[in-house]
Amino acid sequence: MDESVLTDHPRRVTPRRRGGWGKRLAPYLLSLPAGLWLVLLFIVPLAVMLVQSLETCSPATGLCTMTWSWGELPHQVNLYHQQFITSLLFAAAATVIDLVIAFPIAYWIAFYGGHRKNFFLIMLLVPFFVSFVIRTIVWEFILSNNGIVLTFLTRNHLVPSGFHVLGTSYAVVAGLAYNYLPFTALPLYVAIERIDRRVLDAAHDLYANRTSAFRRVILPLAMPGIFAAFLLTFIPAFGDYLNQEILGGVSNTMIGTVIQNSFLVNFDYAGGASLSVVLLAVSLLGIWLYARLLGTSTINEYL
Amino acid sequence: MGGSLDTTDESRSTAGATTRSDHPVVVCLEDVTKIFEDAPAVDDLNLEIYDGEFFSLLGPSGCGKTTTLRMIGGFEEPTSGRILLGGREVTYLAPYHRDVNTVFQSYALFPHLNVFDNVAFGLRRKKLTKVEVARRVGSILEIVDLPHYEKRKASQLSGGQQQRVALARALVNEPTLLLLDEPMSALDAKLRRQMQIELKRIQSQVGITFLYVTHDQEEAMTMSDRLAVMRSGKIEGIGSPRDVYDSPSTEFVATFLGASNLLAGTLEAASGALSSVTLTDGTSLSVPHERVPALAGSTTLKVGVRPEKISIGVAGTSVPAGHNALRGRVRVSTFTGVGNQYLVDSVSGTELTVYAQNIGQELAPRSGDEVVLTWPIEHTFAVVPMTGSNDEESTNDEE
Repeated sequence: MDESVLTDHPRRVTPRRRGGWGKRLAPYLLSLPAGLWLVLLFIVPLAVMLVQSLETCSPATGLCTMTWSWGELPHQVNLYHQQFITSLLFAAAATVIDLVIAFPIAYWIAFYGGHRKNFFLIMLLVPFFVSFVIRTIVWEFILSNNGIVLTFLTRNHLVPSGFHVLGTSYAVVAGLAYNYLPFTALPLYVAIERIDRRVLDAAHDLYANRTSAFRRVILPLAMPGIFAAFLLTFIPAFGDYLNQEILGGVSNTMIGTVIQNSFLVNFDYAGGASLSVVLLAVSLLGIWLYARLLGTSTINEYL
Repeated sequence: MGGSLDTTDESRSTAGATTRSDHPVVVCLEDVTKIFEDAPAVDDLNLEIYDGEFFSLLGPSGCGKTTTLRMIGGFEEPTSGRILLGGREVTYLAPYHRDVNTVFQSYALFPHLNVFDNVAFGLRRKKLTKVEVARRVGSILEIVDLPHYEKRKASQLSGGQQQRVALARALVNEPTLLLLDEPMSALDAKLRRQMQIELKRIQSQVGITFLYVTHDQEEAMTMSDRLAVMRSGKIEGIGSPRDVYDSPSTEFVATFLGASNLLAGTLEAASGALSSVTLTDGTSLSVPHERVPALAGSTTLKVGVRPEKISIGVAGTSVPAGHNALRGRVRVSTFTGVGNQYLVDSVSGTELTVYAQNIGQELAPRSGDEVVLTWPIEHTFAVVPMTGSNDEESTNDEE
């Protein structure tokens, strides 16, 4: 018996080791494309941005020198804090509007879509097969003073003459809400889809009417989806510049527009980078606060 | 809760397992029909369930028993007919307006709530005070034997514990009627036996009327005061387990509820209390007159006897008075410990199953032996041969 153990030993170890190496490497090999993508297109630009924010640029020459200080940062915040607040309010408004619009849609598709669920989801996404810019420009046409909406309203004297939408905050929020709707609807759909319908039966069985069952059962169970939808809508909307650029006016400039101008119009790389760092910090702070309020378990479960 | 507890105990001792028709009717179904996509799931059903009773709806999957339960709970609306609960019509009333609670097949516990909040859900909707909610939740968790589990999440409980929570969540509201939709189907056999006993204990303790839906005939028989056997949306037999078992009204009931030996024959003229049936080989058997079903113009029927009612003896054994007798030859004899099971080819061409208890008899017949089967006439019944296309249902009784 001892002999068999001794002779077996080396034979059993070698293939195991080989299998072990392969098995241990497999996850890393599989994550390599995603990892490279993350490093090249996220980590590297982020590092570049952080480095640039430590430089100081001369407005006259456009040349930047490394000063290793965030001296630019308070200056920029001081200059553009109004645009930060505008962005925050617009993004929040658009996110709330999207949640209110998307929840019934997602609920209906998940609970009443039947075998046509996928069809309805694709219908929801069809407008988004068109480029972001083109979609927003179409909104510009629709909302313009000669567009269908205002022509109809003014002809029927439903609004006073000289009434306009384009250039107002409403137009920007509407554009943001429209463009980010799928980012709200899809996570909501996934969360609601996972709710066991029998739990709803149980709620009704236990004297909960429709309102009460929604508030006590559906809403709490959809919370991870609401959280994900919030993050996926609010964060890009917060940094968005295109909607404001196309649909907004001078009075409602968002921080995204400022950053874009810093980089592409004023060539103030340090200033733009500083503002981006602030934007990132504010976003992270928002996520952290939200997570603290709602608990991180929902994120772990969902994202 | 205390008052109703007394009445239940009283009724159990007096009425026994036979009937509670002297009790008030809790649920009444009048000509209830439910049609799903042109096929009737429940077909002109009439049913009365009495206060304090443990009533089972038994049948194979697709027989309409769950649909019946869901209509009483308010989750489905009947296509036609009326449902009365405690004398009040509730046919189209929403579930949250009915004094009925349900233990769902999969329990359907609220995954975002802990045990306490799950159980308190109904009481809070009824706007009870915090103190009262806490008191009642505590006492019901005591009854279902789950104290100190208040803070656990549903996902942290075992199947049996989840079932107890589901039971507590429904019972805590002290409904007029508790609906149980195959609550044992997710449990393993051992836990199932244990929970059957538990459920009976809890029912007698709280004194609430139970309507129990199951496809497990043994479960229905061991637990129920009364049961109804359903097939294709209709009730084929109703009564105490003993009555339905001993005097099955149809061939389906005879085969679905326990095992039966059924012999095809022709009804001859009745003489006094006994009717005479001639089998295909000419053997004549007697059936108590009241156990012969009404035959619409035809005289063909099936004579039945339960396997455990038959005595097996060597050929030539004298037949005692008041007994039916049938000759045959043992094909298979199996020793099962508690007894012997025989498969006997009878002279009428039908194979009969016989269970003989192991009471130490020396001469057990062996394969190939010529035997005579005897059984008391009062244990003989007759049924109309099964027609219809739902024969396959009886075989797939697992959901």
